[in-house]
Amino acid sequence: MSDRKVKLMQGNEACVEGALAAGMKFYAGYPITPSTEVAELCAQKLPLIGGKFIQMEDEIAGMAAIIGSSLAGLKSMTATSGPGFSLKQENIGYAALAEVPCVIVDVQRAGPSTGLPTAPSQGDIMQAKWGTHGDHPVIALSPSSVKETFDLTVKCFNLAEKYRTPVLLMLDEVVGHMREKIEIPNPDEIEIYNRIKPQEGDDSYKAYRVEEKEIVPRMAAFGEGFHFHVTGLMHDEFGFPTNDTDTSDKLIRRIMAKVSDNVDDIVIYEEKYMADAEYVVLAYGGTARSAISAVKKAREMGIKVGLFRAVTIWPFPEKQIRELAGKVKKFIVPEMNLGQYVLEVERVVAGRAEVISLGKANGEVITPDEILSKIKEVL
Amino acid sequence: MSSQLIQNNFRMDRLPHIWCPGCGHGIVMRSLAQAIENQGYDKKKVCVVSGIGCSSRASGYMDFNTLHTTHGRALAFATGVKLANPELKVIVVTGDGDCSAIGGNHLIHTARRNIDITTIVFNNNIYGMTGGQYSPTTPTSEYGTTAPFGNIDKAFDICKLVDAAGATYVARGTVYHTVQLIKLIENALINNGFSLVDAISTCPTYYGRKNKKGSAVNMLNSLKENAVDIKAAEKLPKEKLEGKFLIGEFKNTNEPEYTEEYMKIIKKYQKER
Repeated sequence: MSDRKVKLMQGNEACVEGALAAGMKFYAGYPITPSTEVAELCAQKLPLIGGKFIQMEDEIAGMAAIIGSSLAGLKSMTATSGPGFSLKQENIGYAALAEVPCVIVDVQRAGPSTGLPTAPSQGDIMQAKWGTHGDHPVIALSPSSVKETFDLTVKCFNLAEKYRTPVLLMLDEVVGHMREKIEIPNPDEIEIYNRIKPQEGDDSYKAYRVEEKEIVPRMAAFGEGFHFHVTGLMHDEFGFPTNDTDTSDKLIRRIMAKVSDNVDDIVIYEEKYMADAEYVVLAYGGTARSAISAVKKAREMGIKVGLFRAVTIWPFPEKQIRELAGKVKKFIVPEMNLGQYVLEVERVVAGRAEVISLGKANGEVITPDEILSKIKEVL
Repeated sequence: MSSQLIQNNFRMDRLPHIWCPGCGHGIVMRSLAQAIENQGYDKKKVCVVSGIGCSSRASGYMDFNTLHTTHGRALAFATGVKLANPELKVIVVTGDGDCSAIGGNHLIHTARRNIDITTIVFNNNIYGMTGGQYSPTTPTSEYGTTAPFGNIDKAFDICKLVDAAGATYVARGTVYHTVQLIKLIENALINNGFSLVDAISTCPTYYGRKNKKGSAVNMLNSLKENAVDIKAAEKLPKEKLEGKFLIGEFKNTNEPEYTEEYMKIIKKYQKER
């Protein structure tokens, strides 16, 4: 449509635009490279729409504050990078168990530790899945372009609200800082999902009871008259702590099932040149840009190779990869780490095709030529 | 038959509480409920946020909007709640370890921002929930399970800490001086800024036993004997204050409040809708 705003912007900027489009009203965070633009733009834009921004004293507090604000009824987000992502893990687990919708943006930089603060990485992929202790549901999306960063940020908020769980947007420094043309959709073109609230004055409301045919408990906000309790302890339908193993079992299985029962709704992926492919490059995030370029060059050489791009990182697109494993000869998995996501590919492929890792963790991007060389090498 | 105060402000089906016999925490919790009731706040708008530890179980018993968070982080969660909805009367219930060790950074910065949150420290000088380890308020040379040869740390004065950090209301009370404690909590609730009441509580089970402080009653009596009101202390010679601690209102001022300052920014810059 011609009345759409066309802009040149960074991935980090597109993330903020997407969050605002999704209805974000609260941001709390702590400055850290290479995610800082997200905080700066939220500081600038939120008060203009009556929203709130706060720079907290540390990363932990940023995560804590958005859980508090979400419980007070506002769609909330924080952003961070590597070391900050480590610090946020404790409260990400809290949000998972207490079922508090929120969005956490991790603009990945090379680690471990302080690592290479300004260099790209995809080293937090397994941390996204296993970073906080205990079993917990995980939804993580990873965009490959500025436009997709906008779209997926909206999607993250929708998924958080729908499944009452923290949702991770896994950017990498490439996508976060890259500038591209983006056409911003008009508000009426953007699908928005808002949390389901209890009926006003519903005396039978239990904060953690799932109503029939619904996926998650209805969520009241503090101050609306429901005196409910929220805790990071195992809890019953009222939200009160319990040591009862049956109640705990029911709870942990229910929160895990929110994701595992709805994989088809959550998993987004893209396939290119896959119809007759014998080889698959499986990539995600910024690396998928090099991957598609390599695949095109290989096709020009007559190599039957295609691209499978995981847009939803977690849950893993298990069904799709299992199906592909029966059709193709080899998977090549380029990623800016020394082989993390490839482990999951190996698990699902389970020996039915060869899985080859192409890892790099020195702060450089993986180039199309490197992927192309790998394709040629493994033919 | 429980009193009207208990019935009005507590989740009757969640009682009795988990605290040990002789623990002072029930007195602090009741004093908080009394202060809330005395001030006549709309229960719908009261939000009690707690951290982790013995103190922080209080939130589950109190019939308000309640949030039991992670260890040390109650003030950071509470900051999110308060800034998101400044209409809420946000009260943080915490312990000495929760707020001054693992949560020390949050304590300093919440005070510095002067956000309208009232913090009640259930200060029993020990980590009770984990079984009696020394905390930042365990006096030097006293014992804990992790200080088997006597504590060589110096203790925090939480009141001085938050005073220096920018709190607008600072007071200390004890579970012996309950009439005063209720009044101090009320004044803290009234203060439009970051307020803190250091409520000296007793832990006969761990701190008391480890340090041979006698029975729960003995420990309450020693609060009576060792607490000196700030007003009385001003007239006493220094030697009379040896081994004593001060109670009363240390600070009650008025400074720009954080959420109100933020609302001014919104009012000034918010675009016409």
